[in-house]
Order: sequence, then structure tokens, then C-alpha cells
Amino acid sequence: MSSERRGFLRTWVVSTDHKVVGIQYLVASAAMLFFGGLLALAIRWQLAWPWTEMPIVGGLVLGESGRVLSPAGYTALFTMHGTAMVFFAIIPLLTGAFGNYLVPLLVGAPDMAFPRLNAASFWIFAASIVLFFAGFGVEGGAANSGWTAYPPLATVPAAAPGSGAGQTWWLVAITVLGVSTILNALNAVVTIVKMRAPGLTWMRLPLTAWGLLVAAALQLSALPVLTAAGLLQLADRLLGTAFYTPAGLYVNAVQPDVAAGGSPLLWQHLFWFYSHPAVYVMVLPAMGFVSDILSVNARKPVFGYKPMVAAIGAIAGLGLLVWGHHMFTSGLGFEMGRAFMLSTMLIALPSAVKTFNWIATIWGGRIRLTAAMCFALGFVALFVIGGLSGLWLAATPVDVYLHDTYLVVAHFHYIVFGGTVLAVFAALHHWWPKITGRALSETLGRWHFLGTFVALNCVFLPMHQLGIAGMIRRTADPSVYQLFDRLEPLNRFVTWSAFGLMGWQLLFVANVVWSFLGGVRVGRNPWEAASLEWETPSPPAHGNFDSDLVIERGPYEYGDAAGERDFAPQARRTAPREA
Amino acid sequence: MRHCALLLVLGLLCGVLAFFALSPGRGWWLPDAASTIAQPIDALFDGIGLVILLGFVLVMALLAWAVWRGARARTDRARSTHGHTGLELTWTAGVGAILVGIALAQLPTWARLRDPAEMPASGVTARVIAHQWAWRFEHPGADGVLGTADDVETASELVLPAGESVLLELRSRDVIHSFFVPELRVKQDVVPGRAIPLWFTMARAGEFELVCAELCGLGHYVMAGRVRALPRADYDAWLAARIIDARSRGAEDAR
Repeated sequence: MSSERRGFLRTWVVSTDHKVVGIQYLVASAAMLFFGGLLALAIRWQLAWPWTEMPIVGGLVLGESGRVLSPAGYTALFTMHGTAMVFFAIIPLLTGAFGNYLVPLLVGAPDMAFPRLNAASFWIFAASIVLFFAGFGVEGGAANSGWTAYPPLATVPAAAPGSGAGQTWWLVAITVLGVSTILNALNAVVTIVKMRAPGLTWMRLPLTAWGLLVAAALQLSALPVLTAAGLLQLADRLLGTAFYTPAGLYVNAVQPDVAAGGSPLLWQHLFWFYSHPAVYVMVLPAMGFVSDILSVNARKPVFGYKPMVAAIGAIAGLGLLVWGHHMFTSGLGFEMGRAFMLSTMLIALPSAVKTFNWIATIWGGRIRLTAAMCFALGFVALFVIGGLSGLWLAATPVDVYLHDTYLVVAHFHYIVFGGTVLAVFAALHHWWPKITGRALSETLGRWHFLGTFVALNCVFLPMHQLGIAGMIRRTADPSVYQLFDRLEPLNRFVTWSAFGLMGWQLLFVANVVWSFLGGVRVGRNPWEAASLEWETPSPPAHGNFDSDLVIERGPYEYGDAAGERDFAPQARRTAPREA
Repeated sequence: MRHCALLLVLGLLCGVLAFFALSPGRGWWLPDAASTIAQPIDALFDGIGLVILLGFVLVMALLAWAVWRGARARTDRARSTHGHTGLELTWTAGVGAILVGIALAQLPTWARLRDPAEMPASGVTARVIAHQWAWRFEHPGADGVLGTADDVETASELVLPAGESVLLELRSRDVIHSFFVPELRVKQDVVPGRAIPLWFTMARAGEFELVCAELCGLGHYVMAGRVRALPRADYDAWLAARIIDARSRGAEDAR
């Protein structure tokens, strides 16, 4: 708002402006997404051409000595891929980057409720990234007991090279990150509950705001459990407690020198109590983006707004009750398996309701196939695949066969990549003009979508077949088993496609560069959208809104009933505010 | 551009259909079943697969049609519908009924797999001991009791009688492993500190690969074993020969 020019440091580094914090999150988590992608390529290389020298990526990720993977190196690779993607890339992209940037704008507020806490949550996040990378440099290498860190593999240093110092760093990083995420979620909830502009009733909130609110509420209710569980595992390692390590172990034929008497299944319950809802944290905001983008570009209101809000609530509520489906083969009791099967079946219902509502939203619309719209439609198509394949996994007897196979890998990558990452690209294209004041190239954006959509299906669709044929996850070399050896052509096809998918992302990088150098400057509302964030200048100054708002209606008034234009803005701007 | 969108949707549809159509012939599908429980499990897999396929085709068709029509008309305004209670209720109830149907259909099979009431009363056929990164097996000898002198131990290969229900006791010495025989459709984690029962019936004699399905360290990928199913007479002969071996070894140790 103030016209004085601040230095780079004050503007972009130590700022408490929610938009700057959002952009900081965006840059950091995009970098982690890229890093996680490199790890994925290394994983794919190993599965297509096991134990051969890996060009480019091997040197980048593993250093000169790591060009040919070792079995231990491979386990570290997928552990850190999963950790980087779930905890350090996808969740921060949604709740950190878009959450921080959009929440105050969507509710008509000048900033988050606690701006300094907000900046602090980013810097704690940054610290956790440093801790995450520190784990790579210690003796024994990075943590390598999977992103799920099941004891006793994770808690007995003799059981795996990465279960020494590497696992300790991993736990410290995850715990510090947990604190950052809890603070950030608290901020989002308080801002949406307490700082909505006058007249912005609950039923006038855009679905993006609902998605972000409920995701933050989920984090607040479940993440403390994982953070505490992580602290307990740290105590097991550092203080000699025995929460998770059972008694009577012989590792390499000797009794390990760790305190024992705990329960490994306790960790699994505590871990999945958050890490399953984490999937909904990764998808509810994405569903919100997609709802908004479909509505804007179909020039029609969101179909069934109230059922959509109810579905978000139902997904979150049921989402807290389905963690046991990760444990169907763990020795969970017969009745428990039945109960978790039922809750898991039920959670498909609100997702199906949302899908039908999205289709009904664009049904009979006047569709603009913008790049954002293409990505949003892609989200719907691929989310459906990920949701439907979940039916196999929800049915306990079928899960017994498919558990820990590549079908599970295919299933959650359709949700997280086909779903969430496409929604993030949709959101980037949609809100980029607001964030930077410049447009992205629509042509480049559509080409980027086309190649990404094709390549990602070539990567993840054949993984279903791999899993149905029984190929297990986390195997470094499928050719060990005759049953999996015949899958080699599929594995190579997936790997080639993965390289194509990664390479194709250069188009997005090119688009970003193009936008900064020569992108068209846009006004407040380039998409003729109705919600509040488009009432601000592009980009909004510190403090956001330059005039008072009178909220008159919901966020989705498009089409023939809207008035003189084909949309009616949610708010009327009144007298400009003093600068 | 809407042509492009339609092509994409059609391409995805064709890809998925080809996926369902071509894979079984190439061995990229469920391996040949070898246990009695495999039949209902595969039937569930196929039935749910059909629901998946129909659901997917339905959604893609609706999506493609909506985009195809909607991308053409630019001049008019869309109708400002906010919803339709009847439609909402219809698809909620429809999907709900399908989900409840699937849930009910799989209950009997889950009970056969895991309900303690279904556990064979005949006693333990073999104890499975998993450790980094190999399998060991112990059969009770003629006395039917584990931990006595006539126990028969084998490494890597688990020999079982075909055509009758067997009961395994799964134990781990170090970390969590998972006992997975794809052709039997059974998988059960082996958790240190616990003795977990697992039962099934081999439908035919033969040799089947035993896979460790739970990450158990850097050698996880080589933790392979074998399950060999023999007709009852052959199994008895195999066991008797080993019992004699074990006894004579015990006698030598005593001397």
C-alpha cells in the first residue's frame, strides 16, 4: 500500500505479507517437487535397467560415486522421494503456497490473522528443509526405511544403514516441519473463521476457501498425533525409551543394543492417523481450486454448492476414520478390518458426489478451454481413475492380494499427481495473473497440459498392470522373481514415459520465463471471475484491498441470471481506502 | 480445440480399455490361481473391475459430451442453475447402493481369510520364521508339537500338503516382513514379537514363488522363497524321511 520502495530483503525475505509468504512457500515447495521428481527418475532408471550406470540424474542426485545404485542407496532413494513429495512438496504447495496467498484474498481480509506467526511458519519450514537435506550427508546415508518409517526397521540401527544418524535427522526434520504446518493451519482456520468481510457468510465462501479451511482443520486435529509419534520415535533412539521396538529381536544374529518391549503396530496406527488424512489435506484444496476454475470457465455456477460443502466435510470426517485400511495385512483383527473396510467404502461416496457435481457444473456451460480449464478437466478425469481403483483396495480380500504392490503406487499417484499436481497447475494458470500482474501464455499452457496429460497416463496406467501381476513396491530389482521378470517391457515403458513427463515440464518453465519477460499485463479481473480476490489490483499491494467491500452474493453468479454481464461480482467496491 | 479435448478423452478411454483387454494375454495380469481362496478373491476382483470400468466409461462419456457441446456455443449465456435436489439424491443413493453392495459382497471372503472361527482346528502345519533376508520353516514331526526333537527344519522352501487346509504360524526375528505368495492370493505381515496365524488350502500341487512384500531393509528385493505343494502321500513320505534325519541328528548330538 505504501509507495515507499523497500529493499529486496524487506520485500521478499523478511516480509510478513501473506502474499510474500505464499510466494516463498511456492518457490521452496516447487524446488522440492523438482528434487522429488529427480529421485523418481532415479528410481525408474533402476527398475528398468537395474544396477547399470545412470546418466545425468545419477550424478546429480547421488554424486559421482552413486552413478550405479547400491541396494541401500535404492531404499534411501524411495524413502526420500516419498518424504520430499508428500511432506515437503505437495502439502506445502497447497496449504503453504496457495493457502497463504489466497485465504485472505478469498475472505476479503487485509492479511492472515497472525502475520508474524505466518512468516515464522515459513522459516520453520525452511529450517526443516535444511534438516531434511542434512540427513543425506551423515554416516550410513539418508533414512531408508520408507517414508512410513516402520519400526523396528527404522528404530534399530543395525537393521538398515540409514536407521542410524540418517533416521534421526529424518525424524527431526519431520517433527520441525510438523510444528510449522500446525502453526500455518492454525493461522488459516482463525483467518477464515474470524476475518471474513462483513456479509461474507459461510454459504458465500468459495469452495477453494472451504477446501483450505477443512484441510487446515484436518491438520490441526491429526498432525499433532504424528508429530508426537515422531517425538516418541526420537526418544526411542536418543533417550532409551521403548515405545515401538519389540523385545527379543535378533538382528544379524545378535541382540541389538536398543531398549525393547514396545509395539511396532502402535507406530503404524499413529503414523497413519495423520498420514492418511494427509491424503485429504493434499486433495481437498485441489478440489476447491477445480470447483472454482470449472465454474469460472464454464460461465455457470457451481452445481450443488451445499452438497459440495457437505461432501468436503464428509470426506474430512470419514478421513479421520479410515487409517486402518493401510493395515489390512498387518495383523489387524478381523472385526477391525471389517470396520475400516466399511468406512473406506463410505468415503468414496462424497468423492463421487463431487465428481457428478463437477460434471453438472460444466454441463450446458459456455466453456472456455483456457489452460487452467484444461488442467482442471484433466484433474476430474484422473481423480476418477484414482478413486475407482481405490475400490479394489477398499475390499479387504482383494487388498490382501494387492497390498504393497504397484497397484497401490498407481492408485495414489493418480490421486496425488493426476489429481493434485494437475490442480496445482490449473491454479497456477488461473491465479498467476493475480500473483504477478502478467499473463502466462495460453498456447504454451495448453501444449504443456497436453504432453503432461499423455505422459503421466503412460507412466501411471501400466503401474496398475504391474500391481495386478503381483509386482511388489520397494523392490530394487523385479527380475529376482520369475513372476515379475516378464514385466520388464512394461517397466521400461514406464521409465521412458517418466523421462518424457519430466522433460515436458520444461514447457512450463519456458512459460514462466516468457511471462516475466513479455507476458501481457493484466487488469484486476482477466477471467471475468466473480469472487473477491479479483477486486484487488494485480498484483495486490500489501494490505490487499484498495476499497471497502460490500458483499452482496455468493461467489458463483455466472450465466443468464447474472445481470448486464454474464457474471455478477460477489462484492461491490465502495469508496477507495486511504493509502 | 474441442477436437483436441475430445481426442484426449477418447485416447484415455482407449488406453484404459486396451489395458483391460490386452494385459491378461501377455501375463501382465493376475497369475494363475493355486489356492481355494483365490477363486472368490478373483471373482471379487473381476466384479469390482467391472464396476470400475463402467463407472469410468460413464464419467468420461459425460465429461467429453459436456466439453464438446460447451466449447462450441460461445454467444449465448449459460443457464444459471445452482443445483437440482432430485439429481443429487439420485446419484448419492445410486453410488451409495453400489458401495454397500460391494461391502456386503466381500464380507464372506474376508471371514474365510481372517475370522478366527474359520481357523483350522488341526494344529499348526508349519512355523514360518522370517529374518533379514531369508525364510526358515519348522514342521512339527510325528508328535504334532513344535519345539521337540523330531521337528523338521527347512530353509527357503516351505513344503505343504495340497488339497487340505494348512495353518501357518508366522514369526519374525528382526524387522517386519510379509509372507506373500501371489499365486495363492495370500499376504500376511510377519511382525516381530507376535505369532500370527495364516491359513489357506492349496488347490493343486506345484511350486510357487514366495515373496517378501514388506520393506525389510536393503536386501528386501532378494528375500525370495518357495512354496512346494505335494499330494498328501508324497508329503507324508517327505516328512517321514526328514523326521528320521532329524532323529538321527538328535541322537548324534546326544552322543
